[in-house]
Amino acid sequence: MTDKVLSKKQMGSFVEKILEQKDVFAPIMQDKSLVWGAVTSADDMIWDFTNTDLSPKDAFFPQSECLMHCTGCNDHDGETPQGSIFQAEPLLARERVLFNVRPCDARAFWLLDQIFCQDELTHDVYWADKRAKTTLVGLACNDPCSTCFCTSMQCGPHHEEGLDILLVDVGDAFLVRVLTIKGESLAASLPEADQDSVQRAVGCKEHAEKTLAPGPCTDHLASSDVLSLFNAPFWEKVAASCLNCGTCTFCCPTCHCFDIQDEIQGEVSRRVRNWDSCMSWLFTQHASGHNPHNTKMDRVRQRFMHKFSYIPTRRKGAFGCVGCGRCVRLCPVNIDVREVVRLMDDFAANMPIPS
Amino acid sequence: MQERTQKIRETARELLGQGKVDCVLGYTQGSIPMRARPFFATTPDEVDQLCWTGFCTGNLAKLLIGRTDRVAIVAQGCVSRNIVGLIQEGQVVRDHVVVIGVPCLGMLEYRKIEARLPGKDVHEVLEVGDNVTVSGPGFEEVIPRNFIKRDNCTTCMHRNPVISDVLVAEAVDETAGGDLEKVAAPWESFDAAKRWEAFNATFSTCIRCYSCRDACPLCYCHVCFVDESQPQWCGKTQDAADVDTFHILRAFHCAGRCTDCGACESACPMGIKMRRMTSKIEKDVRKLYGYEPGMDVNAKPPMTVFQPNDPEDFVK
Repeated sequence: MTDKVLSKKQMGSFVEKILEQKDVFAPIMQDKSLVWGAVTSADDMIWDFTNTDLSPKDAFFPQSECLMHCTGCNDHDGETPQGSIFQAEPLLARERVLFNVRPCDARAFWLLDQIFCQDELTHDVYWADKRAKTTLVGLACNDPCSTCFCTSMQCGPHHEEGLDILLVDVGDAFLVRVLTIKGESLAASLPEADQDSVQRAVGCKEHAEKTLAPGPCTDHLASSDVLSLFNAPFWEKVAASCLNCGTCTFCCPTCHCFDIQDEIQGEVSRRVRNWDSCMSWLFTQHASGHNPHNTKMDRVRQRFMHKFSYIPTRRKGAFGCVGCGRCVRLCPVNIDVREVVRLMDDFAANMPIPS
Repeated sequence: MQERTQKIRETARELLGQGKVDCVLGYTQGSIPMRARPFFATTPDEVDQLCWTGFCTGNLAKLLIGRTDRVAIVAQGCVSRNIVGLIQEGQVVRDHVVVIGVPCLGMLEYRKIEARLPGKDVHEVLEVGDNVTVSGPGFEEVIPRNFIKRDNCTTCMHRNPVISDVLVAEAVDETAGGDLEKVAAPWESFDAAKRWEAFNATFSTCIRCYSCRDACPLCYCHVCFVDESQPQWCGKTQDAADVDTFHILRAFHCAGRCTDCGACESACPMGIKMRRMTSKIEKDVRKLYGYEPGMDVNAKPPMTVFQPNDPEDFVK
């Protein structure tokens, strides 16, 4: 794939052209907060930002999503008895472009693709439909903030995985790094990049990587023994101040657990999937009354073990964390995932090799 | 702040050293600027990690619930009132707790600081007297403390602890100076339709993480009504009906108990102003029952007692 270039002056017409055929979403200001929202022109878009408080996972995995519905629990017309047969929800009607996705959030989509769509039998149509109809245009981080630790999490400020296009702000223009066929069709009208822009983008990347504070070492996590890590002595201390709220899981770009509810109102019923959180005791409550995650410590441990031990074990070493730092900023009691990873890695480094 | 920190550490060292308590529950410096983390010091060696800053915005009384060991707890005015509330409600035994009281200068809101310094990366905050010096790469800003205090701290009525075994500083002015009556005033002036609209707008960004509930020392039900599944009282979706049900019921559960500590607003990742609802309930309890929660361990909370002269007919 080639590198192209888009001058900042032309961004308005570039976005306008896309809007003729697709819906465009990007980080925008709404009531003084930076949130993901629909844009009607490039003027709505914010270019100087670190990242949104919530990840854009909602675009593919909405917090509440109707999966199917049925009507006519009672038949009134008397001719076409429908009973309670569920009807499929309509698929996404119009193609979309997500603009200014940060590389960490794109890496999260790359990971979630593998989880939502694993094989023929495990193929989440709701996720897959929206993913197929969406083009992801990333915006490289030239000035990462102090809570970012993407380079420790197999990612980086200019990381490309999961994206169709990566934009790099090189001053008066963006270097447009075309990464997929979807990206190619979006950038078809743009001229090829000059060497100067390509060189400046390389400089931006080096600068961004240098700016990042050193993140936690993860060298020993992949080969660590799961059960030993599970039984490590530090979990009680990590969990001591935790309130067991769902902030970390809901702001997280990779947390993807959900709860399915059937609701009936009058003659209409629907099946809704809602985000759920492993921080909640109800999440693992069995009908028998047994709860495998019965204590606060169990639940805190589950979250970190899932991201840094279980997912890597199943996904060729890929972490279930992309280092976006949202949970570090938003946790009401300042539980810092970087410190927990350090504890886990130190423990793994000194762990006796199981015989 | 530094003096308060020193005195908290001295007191904690003494209590742990003499074996009077099993742990001291306070705060330690957060891993990033403008945060503090609840911290249990269990040995004299750990007491130097304790600190006191304007960012100790949680409510430590929450972490007292269910503990069976002897705990010393660092508490400013509002937190001490919640400890009183927990004693009244039989959740905490007074003799098991040592209260290290902190006369409070009002807690700071990191979002207000960030809003004043857009795009700036704050590295350090120094609190001296009435001013707060905020600095980072290439900038240093002196901000009057009153400009960046949490909303609830500007109308605080009891800044000094109402119970304490040790005080770490001289008592401060009892009130913060703001007009508490004004907090609920806009809501009272709305008609029902406008108020409903305002409620919906207030909670429209809620993600139902329940951090407001989980930070609140009033919320200690074994099973919260939103977590009941047999039967399920409250829907789980993001529909306004489900979200508002949670917030409205939660607020009512706080009637006659809420000390306006602001932990719910500080914990909320979306910056939702929960006090828009609780402030009216707080005012009603004060005006109709002449009661301020958490002031007296022997008082009977108004929602738990019946009086023959109650003006309402439905209870007779």
